[in-house]
Amino acid sequence: MAGNIMLEVVTPDKSVVSEEAQIVVAPGEYGEFGVLIGHTSFLTTLKIGMLRYKDTGGSERVVFVNGGFAEALPNKVTVLAESADRRRDIDIERARAALKRAEQRLAEARTREDIDFRRAEGALQRAIARIKIGERRAA
Amino acid sequence: MATLKDIKTKITAVQKTQKIVKAMNMVATSKLRGAQEKMEAFRPYANKFAEVLGSLSERVEADEEHAPPLLVPRAEVKNVDLLIMTSDRGLCGSFNTNLIIKAERFLKEKAGQDIEVRLICMGRKGRDYFRRRKYNIRSEHIGIVGARFGFSVAVNAGTELIDSFLNGETDEAHVIFSEFVSMARQMPTLKQLIPIAGVEKVEQAQEAEPVGYIPEHICEPSVEELMAVMLPKHVYVQIFGGLLETSTSEHAARMQAMENATSNCADMIVSLTMVYNKARQAAITAELMDIVGGAEALKG
Repeated sequence: MAGNIMLEVVTPDKSVVSEEAQIVVAPGEYGEFGVLIGHTSFLTTLKIGMLRYKDTGGSERVVFVNGGFAEALPNKVTVLAESADRRRDIDIERARAALKRAEQRLAEARTREDIDFRRAEGALQRAIARIKIGERRAA
Repeated sequence: MATLKDIKTKITAVQKTQKIVKAMNMVATSKLRGAQEKMEAFRPYANKFAEVLGSLSERVEADEEHAPPLLVPRAEVKNVDLLIMTSDRGLCGSFNTNLIIKAERFLKEKAGQDIEVRLICMGRKGRDYFRRRKYNIRSEHIGIVGARFGFSVAVNAGTELIDSFLNGETDEAHVIFSEFVSMARQMPTLKQLIPIAGVEKVEQAQEAEPVGYIPEHICEPSVEELMAVMLPKHVYVQIFGGLLETSTSEHAARMQAMENATSNCADMIVSLTMVYNKARQAAITAELMDIVGGAEALKG
C-alpha cells in the first residue's frame, strides 16, 4: 500500500483517536465512504453510526460517532463529532437501557405533546448504533 | 480596652478563618487545573471547526442573496437576547461584579436605543442580581458554570437562542462571559452570537500542514446544506467555549481571592498578637508596680 493516512477523531471533551490508519471508512450523509491516502479534499456531514479503520498493524478498529462531520485531506482525515466512543469504552448495558427508554418515549410521543420527537429519535439511533458496535466485540 | 481573653479569642477566630480560607484556596487550585485541562481538550475541536467553517464561508458569501439567515444582520433591531454567564458561588473576589457591570452597561446602552433585552442567566449570582432588579429573565441555568458540564448544555442554550432568532422573536443574541487571560486576569467579554458576525480566523501558523492542502473541498451535501448544519454548531461552540472560559476564570478568581484572604489573615494574626503581647506586658508591669510600691511602703 502507498502508505498510511492520519486519522483524528476529536470531540469537545477530548481527542478520541489520533493515529495512523491504512484505511478509514465513515458513515457519510449519503452513505458510507472509504478514505485512503491521497484522497481528494472532501467535506461531509456524518450520520450517527460507526467509523471503522484499519490500524497500521492491520487490525480493524471501530468507533461510535454521534453525527458531526468529517474532513478528508490527502494525508489526513479529521472527524469532528459531538461525542464519540471507542468500542472498548461502550457500555452495552447502558446502551440497551437507553434503547428501551427511547423506544418507550417514541411510543408515547404519539399521544403526548410534550415529547420532542426528534430528540427521542436521535437517542434511539445512538442507542442502536452503540449496541451494534458493542455486539461486534462479543461476536 | 479589650481584655487579654478577648484578644486571645479573636486570634483563635482569625486562625480558624485562615484555615478555612487556605483550604478553599487549595480546592480552587485543583479545580482550576481540571478546568484548564478541559479548555485545552476543547481547543483542537474549536480550531479545526473554525478552520473548516472559515473555508466554507468564503465560498458562500459570494452569493449574498441566498446567504443562510443566521449570517444576515437584521435592518431593524428591536429585541435582543443576552446570555450572561456568572458563577454559582461567591467568595471569588470581584469576578461576578465585573461581569454584572459589563452586563449593566450593555443593558443601559440597549435601553437608550429602545431595544428590549431578555436575559438568559447561566449561574446563580447573575440570576439573583437581575431577578432582584426585576429584569426580564427568559430562562436560567444553574449548576453549570464551575462544575462538570457536557456539550449538550451549550447545544440546549444555543438552540433556544437560534430558534427565537429564526422565528423572528429576537433580532440579535449576545453573550457575556469571562475570558481567561491569565491566572491573575479575567476579562469580562461581550460577544455577538447571532447573527454570526464573520468567522474568526485561527492563526494558521501554529500547525503548518502545507502538504497538499487544498482548501476547496468537495462537499457533500452541498456547501449551503453543510453551512446550514455548521452554523448552529458554530453558536454552540462559541457558547461552550465561553462556559469553559468562565469556569476557569471563576476558579482562578477564587484562588486569587482566597490567597489574598489567607495573607490578610496572617497579617491580622501578627498585629493581634502584638496587641496581645503589649496588653500582657502592661498587666505584668502594673502588677510589678503594685508589689514594688507595697514593699517600699512597708520599709518606710
